[in-house]
Amino acid sequence: MQTDFPLFPDQASSFAFQVDALYFGILALCVFFALLVVILVVIFAIKYQRKSDDEVPRQIAGHLGLEIFWTAIPAVLALGVFVWATVLYFHLITPPPNAMEMYVVGKQWMWKLQHPEGKKEINELHVPLGESVRLTMTSEDVLHSFYIPAFRVKKDVVPGRYTNLWFKATQVGSYHLFCAEFCGTEHSRMIGTVHVLEPQDYEAWLTGGTANEPMEVAGERLFEQYACHTCHKMDGTGRGPSLSGLFGKTVALEGGGTALVDEAYIRESILNPSAKVMAGYKPIMPTFKGQISEEGIIQLIAYIKSLKAPELTSME
Amino acid sequence: MADHALHHDHPHGLAHQFEDMPQQKESAVIGMWSFLITEILFFGGFFATYLIYRSYYPEAFFEGSSHLDIPLGAFNTMVLIISSLTMAMAVHKSHEGNKKGIMVYLILTGILGLTFLVVKYFEYSAKIEYGLVPGLVWHPQGENSPQLALFYSLYFGMTGMHALHMIIGIGLLIWLFIKTAQGTYTAEYNAPVEIFGLYWHFVDIVWIFLFPLLYLLGTQAGGH
Amino acid sequence: MAITEQDVQASEDAPSVNYLNNGYGLKSWLLTRDHKRIAVLYIISISIFFALGGLFASLVRFELMTPEGDLMSSDTYNKVFSMHGIIMVFFFLVPSIPATIGNFLVPIMVGAKDLAFPRVNLLSWYVYVVAGILGTIAVVGGGVDTGWTFYTPYSSTYSNSNVILAAMAAFMAGFSSILTGLNFVVTIHTMRAPGMTWFRLPLFVWSHYATSLIMLLGTPVIAITLVLLMLERGFGFGFFDPNLGGDPVLFQHLFWFYSHPAVYIMILPSMGVMSEMVAAVARKRVFGYEFVAFSSVAIAILGFLVWGHHMFVSSQSTYAGMVFSIITFLVAVPSAIKVFNWTATLYKGSIIYDTQMFYVYGYLGLFLVGGLTGLFLSSMGLDIHLHDTYFVVAHFHYIMVGGQVMGYMGGMHFWWPKITGKMYPDIWGRVSALLVFLGFNLTFFPQFILGYMGMPRRYHVYPDEFQVLNVASSLGASILALGYVIPGAYLTWSIFKGPKAPDNPWGAKGLEWETTSPPPTFNFEETPLVTEEAYQYGPIEEH
Repeated sequence: MQTDFPLFPDQASSFAFQVDALYFGILALCVFFALLVVILVVIFAIKYQRKSDDEVPRQIAGHLGLEIFWTAIPAVLALGVFVWATVLYFHLITPPPNAMEMYVVGKQWMWKLQHPEGKKEINELHVPLGESVRLTMTSEDVLHSFYIPAFRVKKDVVPGRYTNLWFKATQVGSYHLFCAEFCGTEHSRMIGTVHVLEPQDYEAWLTGGTANEPMEVAGERLFEQYACHTCHKMDGTGRGPSLSGLFGKTVALEGGGTALVDEAYIRESILNPSAKVMAGYKPIMPTFKGQISEEGIIQLIAYIKSLKAPELTSME
Repeated sequence: MADHALHHDHPHGLAHQFEDMPQQKESAVIGMWSFLITEILFFGGFFATYLIYRSYYPEAFFEGSSHLDIPLGAFNTMVLIISSLTMAMAVHKSHEGNKKGIMVYLILTGILGLTFLVVKYFEYSAKIEYGLVPGLVWHPQGENSPQLALFYSLYFGMTGMHALHMIIGIGLLIWLFIKTAQGTYTAEYNAPVEIFGLYWHFVDIVWIFLFPLLYLLGTQAGGH
Repeated sequence: MAITEQDVQASEDAPSVNYLNNGYGLKSWLLTRDHKRIAVLYIISISIFFALGGLFASLVRFELMTPEGDLMSSDTYNKVFSMHGIIMVFFFLVPSIPATIGNFLVPIMVGAKDLAFPRVNLLSWYVYVVAGILGTIAVVGGGVDTGWTFYTPYSSTYSNSNVILAAMAAFMAGFSSILTGLNFVVTIHTMRAPGMTWFRLPLFVWSHYATSLIMLLGTPVIAITLVLLMLERGFGFGFFDPNLGGDPVLFQHLFWFYSHPAVYIMILPSMGVMSEMVAAVARKRVFGYEFVAFSSVAIAILGFLVWGHHMFVSSQSTYAGMVFSIITFLVAVPSAIKVFNWTATLYKGSIIYDTQMFYVYGYLGLFLVGGLTGLFLSSMGLDIHLHDTYFVVAHFHYIMVGGQVMGYMGGMHFWWPKITGKMYPDIWGRVSALLVFLGFNLTFFPQFILGYMGMPRRYHVYPDEFQVLNVASSLGASILALGYVIPGAYLTWSIFKGPKAPDNPWGAKGLEWETTSPPPTFNFEETPLVTEEAYQYGPIEEH
């Protein structure tokens, strides 16, 4: 798939073609303007070469019409490109609702990835062909940036917050995964490979090897290990809110305001519980900062996400 | 070197590069205003950082404010406002070429400036005593301790930078005083006093913003 | 030492009394308040840093000849590219034209005896030197490995290198450029000669005015940002450390608030040089003078509103990104206006094929590519792919080296006779301009392709398939280096052996060409009276 001397990256995701189209569109515009100016100045140089030392050409002050012309045309063209690029951008950052979830933790100098089914990988990511995949990413230390050139996707991985990225692979093969944000000594070795597999191969890979604990099961274990369940009772009688079916809802906060329960909110509530307390509850939860790893928090989030409807999980 | 030899017939205090006194004075004033604009941007970076974190962590910042000594802060505010007045008087006297008047008001301004710094010293000592200096002595524990530390980092950063400007100001003031005593400034040539006045007022104004931001906003929240 | 009035009068008979031979001792240089001497001091010191930065660049290109890291360790490589960036940006590019050519010419062009604050001007050089010494200590004492961008929390917490020293050096260099900008603003406002109205100012002065505004308004923000960074690293204040409640992305906002406008500090002065040289090369008034002048100011203003385009993938809000993107597209327009006006100036001109002409054409070509490739990066949908790749590296080198350094080199050739009073061999000037143009394109054009293929910047080792283009780039770099060494040689030679320069060797317009080469200490025998427009080579036809 990669020759010794390629001049163009693989197109292996659903929007590689659209990004490339924009690239060639702008390129055409640039070539046009560059050639226009270059050809003109070369012609001028030849045609208007100084004939004698005392030659003084006609002095032309300017031309208002021309100025307006070459201000307006580039401005209109630039705004056109802006609209094109921004529409594409919204497409690139908006994952479809049914996307598969995967999780990424960056640290100096490796990528730790986990599938919801529990399979963990380091510096390798296996994804199925033709499926939308949404990554939730964070960093344990410094800034990193998750970059798959063949997919035309990149997003900074920032400590202390979650960032997201999505793609749909459209071509089976192995592709580079780079860290694009300088992160220290081994920055250039913080690389990996993304393997795009046929869906059945992906299933086989996922179930192969050692048995894996799905993330939500691991999260449930942590939920009990840290005794979260003593307050967050599923039937809502605990000192903390029930977490059943909570994910994705917008809740009222103590002291006014609302918050959407998403990955970032759950993370904040574990590490800095009193920041956004749900209305009707007291800020009595202790912080778990420094006690749970980033991966543990992600597993807890996977577990809380899995608590879909109260009646299904209130068996205990 | 060569300047004075070349221009010995020029008015007293006119530097070689200028044509006349008004041009020199205009340059000095525009120069000082330009410098103060850069200072505004400099402190602006601090203020922006402060406001952003205040919006992130309102509770911790309210709590931090409530530990600051409002009476001392208010006293210092008064001191600086009065020192602005005395500085304005010094500038006024310089327009008259009144050497003694300039000296008196410069001394008063200097004393007020020092008073401010002494009060600031006591405030800082109290913070050290209570362990409220992030990175050096930090006692608060608990969940919002980092955010509180952020407040105090900004408190020390901003007031420290302001105090540094005060110290530089007092240094310049001493220099001006000596120059005045030597009889350098006259009714015609007094631009240094005037532009120093601009600087001094600016440093005072920065404090006028710092005081409510750092000290007073917390008490308002306490009232809730 | 001191010149007297008799000396000045005598100079009409013996016009040999100029700023260069007015005192020879070291003290007469180190304590000078003459803007022209300070400019020369700056030329010497920034040349040293340019050579040092260039040395680091060559090390980078040597290492990248092969995919493996075989010349140096990753730690060393990271330090080498960081120091290349820090030295080139803070110690060469920012002061390059303003502190040297600008320092020399702005007072002369407005018809003044000196800058408004000569002592502040000297102070700015000393601050620069102290900053340079601090930077050198940081380099010699183990280097710094954060990249010139000092991104947190790596720089504040994780890096084991001399971050505080390097940040301090950058802080002080910034202070020196504030002082330069302040001096220019005041000088242009108050020191213009009689008759020198704003719209008779050479465009070089307009571009320096715009540059100075950015220096005054932007530099203090980088200063405070670096202060916060130093406080965090030194005292553990958690401004940008997420573990302490800080926000690492806030650092990027503060950093780019200055550092994007700083790009215009680097490019605007070279645009001023271009305007002067285009007019002289075509012996023609710059087409659309007012538009070129105001486009400088427009760039300075719009340049402050685009910093977020460095952060499209950094998790800043999407809508903020859109605003930054659209303003970035708009800031391209005043640059385009300049290019079109320069082109129109050449139309029906009287074009001479000398060294300046080679630099003008080289600049136009490289700046076109640099400016146009900015369109790719301001497109949010494309920047996701291109951000932090070699495409960005190529783009900003086309702007900073293809633009600013071409402008600096061209300007040095254009005003060299004025500064030194000596002529250099024109043929060598043309050869070196050609070498720079060819070497530069061979070095950086492949990097666009590398970037689109996805090679991230700041990579010490890289996948094999990127090697061919990297080798091409390294070969180009050696030609480019030659293009910089040759002028160093013949310009130095000309100081000692070059023929004496006439007052106006190019037959150009402008007050600097009306005084002697080199100019007397106070620039003019008597204060000039300006009665005509800039670049008035003949009667001007209005349309």
